[in-house]
Amino acid sequence: MTTKSLLARKNDLSQPEKQLQFLSNGIFGNGELPTFKESLEKTNRFPLKPTGLDIFQVNVGYMCNQVCTHCHVDAGPDRKEIMTKETMQLCLDVLKASGAKTLDLTGGAPEMNPNFRWFVEEAAKIGVEDFIVRSNLTIILANKKYHDLPEFFKKYNVHVVSSLPFYKRNKTDKQRGNGVFQKSIQALQMLNEVGYGKEGTGLKLDLVYNPAGAFLPANQSDLESDFKKALKNDFDIDFNSLFAITNLPVSRFLEYLIASENYEDYMETLVEAYNPVAVDGVMCKNTLSVSWDGYLFDCDFNQMLDLKVAAKSKHLKDFDLESLQNRNIIISQHCYGCTAGAGSSCQGTTV
Amino acid sequence: MQKTYYDPKDLKKFGKITEWSEELGEKFFEYYGKVFEEGSLTAREKSLIALAVAHTVQCPYCIDAYTKDGLQRGIEKEEMMEALHVAAAIRGGASLVHGVQMMNKVEKLSM
Repeated sequence: MTTKSLLARKNDLSQPEKQLQFLSNGIFGNGELPTFKESLEKTNRFPLKPTGLDIFQVNVGYMCNQVCTHCHVDAGPDRKEIMTKETMQLCLDVLKASGAKTLDLTGGAPEMNPNFRWFVEEAAKIGVEDFIVRSNLTIILANKKYHDLPEFFKKYNVHVVSSLPFYKRNKTDKQRGNGVFQKSIQALQMLNEVGYGKEGTGLKLDLVYNPAGAFLPANQSDLESDFKKALKNDFDIDFNSLFAITNLPVSRFLEYLIASENYEDYMETLVEAYNPVAVDGVMCKNTLSVSWDGYLFDCDFNQMLDLKVAAKSKHLKDFDLESLQNRNIIISQHCYGCTAGAGSSCQGTTV
Repeated sequence: MQKTYYDPKDLKKFGKITEWSEELGEKFFEYYGKVFEEGSLTAREKSLIALAVAHTVQCPYCIDAYTKDGLQRGIEKEEMMEALHVAAAIRGGASLVHGVQMMNKVEKLSM
């Protein structure tokens, strides 16, 4: 189990340009597999354009209490990139002006940002339709100061989206670290106690599943019913929906693929499963991702690869919706992860 | 010249068998696809049967294919191993049940 980020380990793959080079060379460089651009062209979907701005996704920092082996953010306790209150204020101003329906806070562990609670309180005043916080669950138990998070989320009617790779201990702990499963279960029970995931409360609790290895996720609705049955029977836990997300070859998951000699086979699996219908629902078409320092990206993955939006407006400070709506979405071979099979996004499948 | 009988890359060329006998190849793949559809048995159950049979016929292509298929379906390694033991029990049992034939013969020939 990794205990440090790629950055702290001074691993080459902590550099976005090295990752992009890797994703463009080898099997894609020698023509063995078509590039993502070629696949889009072949299916009349190039260039990829935004359809509107529905989701404003804000990454409030890369610091996290966990060091998951698959993390595309390369998050961990050693990451110091944290969004300031000033940048948060810029986010709020832009969110108001943009008319986006969903605010989606992510990290790292967003709760570790010292201004997280202030941000949630202020953002709740704007009154977006759906206010999401992506919580890794264990943070709720990591320190006494986080124990009241379920009550806090409830107060602001936050929609909690939590990662739980599997409904059994082994696979979860292997991917996320020893003890993560037990703590996650306890945190889910705490969320249930205040009404999250319970019928009639309106408090939404969704789970995110991602495969513990170099293979694609199973059918989302089958997984959802397996999770529901097992979590209810074994731990009396309720939740609303399950999102099945494909692991993208970025950052620590890319490192894992290379180290385990699965990279080529995995990419081939993604390319073979390329589904043009899934392209039509990819999240970069209706999302903007904001980094801790206020830059704009097509998605959280492009953020980690430092691929800023291809528009005049690259930072919150010079936000211009019209120029952003006319941009071409930046793509590379990692995008195959979102278009495989039934597709993948932060809201689960796209088909 | 290829130094081994099996090459993992050959699995992806399976469809090519149709090129040398179009009608039979197409019929086979149509049948194959139909067999694995959800029916009285679930696709998940069929995947486990396929994995067990793959080990019985000792086909490395099928073992690779149905191990990956199982992982993607959320089948756990313990379930996969149990399925293999079913295959092994039948294989072992098939040898041993012939022991009755051996016993019959010994008894017939012995005074």
